[in-house]
Amino acid sequence: MDKQNTFRIGTGAGFSSDRLEPALDLLRHGKLQAMVFECVGERTLAFGHRDRRSDPTRGYNPLLERRMRAVLPLAHAAGTRIVTNMGVANPRAAAQHTVKIASELGLKGLKVAAVTGDEINHLIGPDTHLMEPDCQLSETGREMLAANAYLGIDAILPAIEAEADVIITGRVADPSLFLAPLAHHFSWQLDDWPTMGAGTAVGHLLECGAQVTGGYFADPGHKEVPDLAHVGFPLAEVTADGSATITKLASSGGLVSQRTVKEQLLYEVHDPNTYLTPDVSADFSRVNLADDGQDRVKVNQAGGTRRPDQLKVTIAFDGGLLAEAEVSYAGPGAADRARMAGDIVAERMRDLHGRNGPMRVDLIGVSALHASAVDYPATAEDVRLRCALRASSQAEAELLLWEVEALLCCGPAAGGGYRGHITPSVMTYSALVDRADVVPGLEIFTA
Amino acid sequence: MKAPLRRIAHARSGDKGNRSNLAIFAYEPADYGVLLREVTTARLKAEFGGLLLGEVARYELPNLHGLNFVMDQALEGGVNESLNLDGHGKSWSAMILAMEVELSGDE
Repeated sequence: MDKQNTFRIGTGAGFSSDRLEPALDLLRHGKLQAMVFECVGERTLAFGHRDRRSDPTRGYNPLLERRMRAVLPLAHAAGTRIVTNMGVANPRAAAQHTVKIASELGLKGLKVAAVTGDEINHLIGPDTHLMEPDCQLSETGREMLAANAYLGIDAILPAIEAEADVIITGRVADPSLFLAPLAHHFSWQLDDWPTMGAGTAVGHLLECGAQVTGGYFADPGHKEVPDLAHVGFPLAEVTADGSATITKLASSGGLVSQRTVKEQLLYEVHDPNTYLTPDVSADFSRVNLADDGQDRVKVNQAGGTRRPDQLKVTIAFDGGLLAEAEVSYAGPGAADRARMAGDIVAERMRDLHGRNGPMRVDLIGVSALHASAVDYPATAEDVRLRCALRASSQAEAELLLWEVEALLCCGPAAGGGYRGHITPSVMTYSALVDRADVVPGLEIFTA
Repeated sequence: MKAPLRRIAHARSGDKGNRSNLAIFAYEPADYGVLLREVTTARLKAEFGGLLLGEVARYELPNLHGLNFVMDQALEGGVNESLNLDGHGKSWSAMILAMEVELSGDE
């Protein structure tokens, strides 16, 4: 492979709480031209808005400080551009904080870009149509926290053209974080849809980090993964036509095989013919995979057609408080006693406290995750009762915890190990807006 | 001969909102035909009807010897709304592999 015509791009994080040391290994030894930290999901974006509400200088990824302190010196030494959506709900504050860290580290002149414009609260109103649950926003009866459109590479490219060393965005489509440096390097035309689709496939394969290198894959006896405890993050060697080899450092754990690549290629994909991003309608249906040596898989034949005219928007709402309380039972009849305990809590929440909203009762060890779908034999002798509900007040949430804890003396025999948690929660729904109404912004800060 | 799907296939599931996707791949290309014949939307509905409240669509990927299922309203509201511990529906892919399938195609 001609080194001049190959772009090496790696993953530094595949989700908000991802590990750090595999990213540092890749920076040290991967000879990367760009590294992407993908840290925003429907859940984490909503948390970002919640954080920013309580402190206007926050709302970015909570690990940004720790990541940037370790990453910036290595990236600077290796000449690797960092692209990340760690700005979450506050990319400007994230960029300013990153510049402060760079200055403290003596990285004078480091340019940090904040890509903005994804927050489009002004385009959303009570009559905005929500795709799920297929209603108008006002019908949810909930208070909107914020609305963020998925930006594409047209929002990131100006930051690369401005030669930013670190590019920090908010809500950007995950594959776009990877596609932007590729498109810039190879001077791809933004309406060259097949190539945009090929680059998007590369981004999609890399965006979840270890999920293509053996993470989220191991199943002892069926799918073995060597040294999963030290699973490495992926990198791609991309060529000018958008085809790529997915691989990892030989020194890291995990594996790259056609199986790991296949699973990730369709992860969170619906119609494989039309994987919609702001950049392209990508086509993964004809992708061809080929072994290319140890832990190397060649990916080609991804394609694409014209990008959509509308952008997807995630709208976050205050979701009240999630109250969860648990207590355990063991020995013969454990499942029956746990079930009885759950029934008692439900009865008392309804009759004594007048609460009619949904409450979930799980028997962990018997049927917790898919109780409504599967009839498991209720013979388990180590069962944990879990009661959960969404409360609109702290008092309502505390009531559930109290009722479950009170089972210790007043409930069935031999219950123990009570724990209760109250967690502020957010809800998200999706809508569409016209692309022309969304205007990306760029600010550059220099250390 | 009947066997659990797990013997011939591997799977991964993902989520977007209240919609779940489940991709199933034959380990061996020769078993792709078994997936096509046995793992149908009707079969999924029959096995997991209690969870699959909406439409189920199946996409075929002959190049990858796999199928992709897209299941609407399958996540009790989705990760930010469901009271299910597994709001993402991550455990789906493992559960589906318990399904018994007929391996031989001669009938």
